[in-house]
Formats: sequence, structure tokens, C-alpha cells
Amino acid sequence: MERITKKVRLGSRLEKLVPGLLLAIASISILTSIGIVFTLVVDASHFFKEVPLSEIFSKELAPLRSKDPSFGFLPLIMGTLTTSVIAMLVAAPIGLMAAMYLSEFVKPKMRRILKPIIELLAGIPTIVYGFFAYNFVTPLLMKWIPDLGAKNVLSPGIVMGIMIIPIVTSLSEDAMSAVPKVIREGAYGLGSTRLETTVKVILPAAISGVIASFVLAISRAIGETMIVTIASGSSKQFTTSIIEPMQTMTAYIVEFTSGDAGSGTIGYYSLYAVGLLLFVFTLCMNLLAKYIIKKYRREY
Amino acid sequence: METKNSVKFKIENMDFHYGDFQALKNINLEIKENEITALIGPSGCGKSTFLRSLNRMNDLIENTKVDGSITLDGVDIYKDYDVIDLRLRVGMVFQKPNPFPMSIYDNIAYGPRLNGIRKKSVLDKIVEKSLRAAAIWDEVKDDLKKNALALSGGQQQRICIARTLAVEPEVILMDEPTSALDPIATLKIEDLINELKKDYTIVIVTHNMQQAGRISDKTAFFLMGELIEFSETDKLFSNPENKKTEDYITGRFG
Repeated sequence: MERITKKVRLGSRLEKLVPGLLLAIASISILTSIGIVFTLVVDASHFFKEVPLSEIFSKELAPLRSKDPSFGFLPLIMGTLTTSVIAMLVAAPIGLMAAMYLSEFVKPKMRRILKPIIELLAGIPTIVYGFFAYNFVTPLLMKWIPDLGAKNVLSPGIVMGIMIIPIVTSLSEDAMSAVPKVIREGAYGLGSTRLETTVKVILPAAISGVIASFVLAISRAIGETMIVTIASGSSKQFTTSIIEPMQTMTAYIVEFTSGDAGSGTIGYYSLYAVGLLLFVFTLCMNLLAKYIIKKYRREY
Repeated sequence: METKNSVKFKIENMDFHYGDFQALKNINLEIKENEITALIGPSGCGKSTFLRSLNRMNDLIENTKVDGSITLDGVDIYKDYDVIDLRLRVGMVFQKPNPFPMSIYDNIAYGPRLNGIRKKSVLDKIVEKSLRAAAIWDEVKDDLKKNALALSGGQQQRICIARTLAVEPEVILMDEPTSALDPIATLKIEDLINELKKDYTIVIVTHNMQQAGRISDKTAFFLMGELIEFSETDKLFSNPENKKTEDYITGRFG
């Protein structure tokens, strides 16, 4: 009797400690986020003291010009958006179709084999993808598009799309598999084929998860660095042509952290401004994903 | 008293296996047109399995096997039927109301649209007719655009019945359609089933023996995968031939 009581007491004392312990651990990630935002804002403020906000949204980017450097970030924004859009044009249809296949067409046994294989794509280091884009995809595309530059946004866009397929597939498949079996049976009971059930009933029922997977994939593409640094070049000219090189926001940060601008110069602080801009972009995407999940969520 | 209605489903020497497990043993049964046939028996007796083999819903489960024959109007549904055509003729209402997560209108129009009906005026008519037939038109006519999931359980189940009626089946299979509903909603569905009998052949699985007694013409009693007794409902409940049937309906087990 006595030993049992002691054990219970020890358990309940531990029980009181646990929430505090967990809070401390959870705070680490929260404090890190706050620290990052703080650093970005503080250092970016040095930049904004010297460069007016209107200049940022101009097309002229010449950060290293010794006389009167210019900091128009539109070429970078264009680079980031273009590569991300190309990536989504690849990842959304392929990823979604793969998800439909895995969720509705394949036997459970086969799904357990196939899904990890697709998810393996997410485990390949991005530098390998970048190398693949520059050394394989770009030369391949040149056969069809002779004017394609050695550095361009088309090739890294496509490769980035391949990289984010698992995000779309995995999350969409989860959402579609979570649609209750009775809904599926209802559709089959009305004489639907497998494809009709998938497209007309399961997909609409899982739409919040599917859209959320798209948004998360986009924010992954926006933040992607290595592939674009290697394969899309560092041209700061504003262009809309996907066969020409463009620099993305992330690639710009890489270029400047590797020592092109001296510490404390305005060029150095521009890093933080771009970083802040990037942070705002991905934050908006994540908030959008949260909102969509909440708005279209169905309770069964 | 034997009814004059013609035979809709004829089941002969039917066996059903889930893998190695035999769920139904040598079932022989005739289901007649415009009658309500109730299937009763304790949990796991095979009555739901039997019901679901009538529109080949069990095809969705891996590793199942049907032997013997089931014919619908004389045609073998496992050999000479496209499963899609079969399910259009043999509709199904499930235990848990399962409206699609879309508007009431789209739920009802789903089946007709699959069959190529696109014209708004035609769809409007089908939707109204089906909702009226399912005795829910007056409750929902003003918000057909509302999501069907926002309705109460009883209303959802009638939406599901309307959705089934919209494809104009000949037979409606019901798998414990009132088990998830409160008594008032249950009564409404029972009244509705009685109404539907005029135009449809109905096969209903129920755990509730009073319900079987109230609504059905014929009752089949299943036990451990076997059909123990099948006769007129009144006779089965008042004067069962088999001792096991008597034990079950008097509540001695199950």
C-alpha cells in the first residue's frame, strides 16, 4: 500500500513540473522567431533610413555602384515570383494527380510503398537539385529553345516544381484519405465511377487541405535558395522573359552574405531589407493557408 | 397469404466470403416488387453483408468472394451487369446520414448530373420532385443553397433518401437508416418508407424488431450467416416456425 502511494505522489509532483518544463521548451522556438524578426527589423531600419520606400519598388537594382547605388527590388521580386509560378505550374497538377491516384485508385498495400518513395523527393539536398537544373535540365531544354540562356528561370522553376511535388502530394493525399468512407460509399451507391467519385465528391470534400498544400508548396518555393542561386543567375536587370536569367530575393541574399558588400555599408543592410520582404511574403502565404483551412474545413 | 407481386431479386445458393471467413452460407431468398423486405438478426449475422451484395457494394472491399447467383429481373448481377448500371437501378441509403459536403441542391442533382442532365429547368424539377418524395421539401425549399451538412441528422437522412430517389432506381436498399436518429426523426423516415413502397421495392436492414414489425411485408431472420426463417412479417413475429427465431424475437438472445 505504502509503496503505491509513494509512487502516485511522485507522479503527481512530476505532473506539476511537466507543464513548466514543456513551456520552457516550447518557448525556445517562439523566442527564436521573435529574435529573427527583431534582427531583421533592426538591421533593415538602418537601410530604410537611407533609402526611401518608393525606391524599393523601382526596377533599377545596382547595389554595388560606387556612385549613387540604387536599390529597386522589383527585379528580385519578379525573379522570385516567376520561379515560384513556374514551380507551381509543374507541382500543382502533377502533385494533385499523384495524390488522387494514391488516395483513391491504389490498393492500401501499394500506397504504403509508393507514398514514401514520392516523399523521398523531399529528402534530396537542394544543392543536388540546383546542380541537376544547371547541368541537366537547362542543356536539355536548349534543344527545344535555342535562345535559352545558360542561366535562366525556366529550368530552376521546373526543377523546383519537382522538388515541391511531395508537399502537394503528401498533404493532399492526407486530406483526401481523411474524407469519411461513408461519403465515398454514397457516391459509389449513386452509380459513380471511381474517377467521378474522386473528382466530383472527394476532391471538393478535401478542398481545404488541397489548397493549403498548394499554399505551403508556394511558400516553400518562395523561400527556396540553392536551386535558383546555381541555375537562374545573378542578373539584376528587370525582365519578364523566362528564358533569361533573373535573380531571386534569396539568391540576392546569398550573393551579398558571401562578402560582396562590406559590413556596415548600405549594400550590406539591403540584405536585411530583402530578408524582411521575403519574411513578409512567406508569412502572408502561411496566414493565407491557415485562413483557407479554417474557412473551407468540413466537419463530418 | 402469398402476394401476387413479381419477383425482383432472386437469390440462389449464395455464399459470401471475406477472405477465409464465410459470412453467408447458402442463402436462398426471393424479394418481390413493391414490397418492403426487412432483414433482422443480431450483430454480425450477415444481414448487412447480404444487403450490400445486392448492389455489389461489397466489391469495394478487397478479398471478398460471392458464390451462387443473385438475379435482378432474371439477369445475374455479378455476371451480366455493369456495376454502374446496377447501382443506378438499385439505390442505397446508409446507416449514418452521408450527404456530400455541398449544397442541398447539388446533393440531389449529383446523380442526374452524372447521367448527363445539364439543363437547369430539368434539374430544378428533379430536385423538387425528389425532395417532395422524401418528405423534406417544405423544410428546405427556401434554402436549397445551404450546405447539407448544416441540417439535422433526420433531415440529412431524408436528403440522402431524396438523393437516391433522384436517379429513379427501382430498388432501394436501406442499411439501418434510422439507427443514428432520434425517435421523432425515425417515425418520419418510417412513414416515408411506407409511402415509397408504392413506387419502389425496398430492402431494409434493422436492429429494431418493432420497426421491422411496423413497416415490412416480409421479414428475413439471419443468424450466424444463415437465413433461419423468411416469411410474412406478421407470421414471423406471431407464429415463428423455427425455435431460434422465436428465441430471438422474444428477446432470449441477441
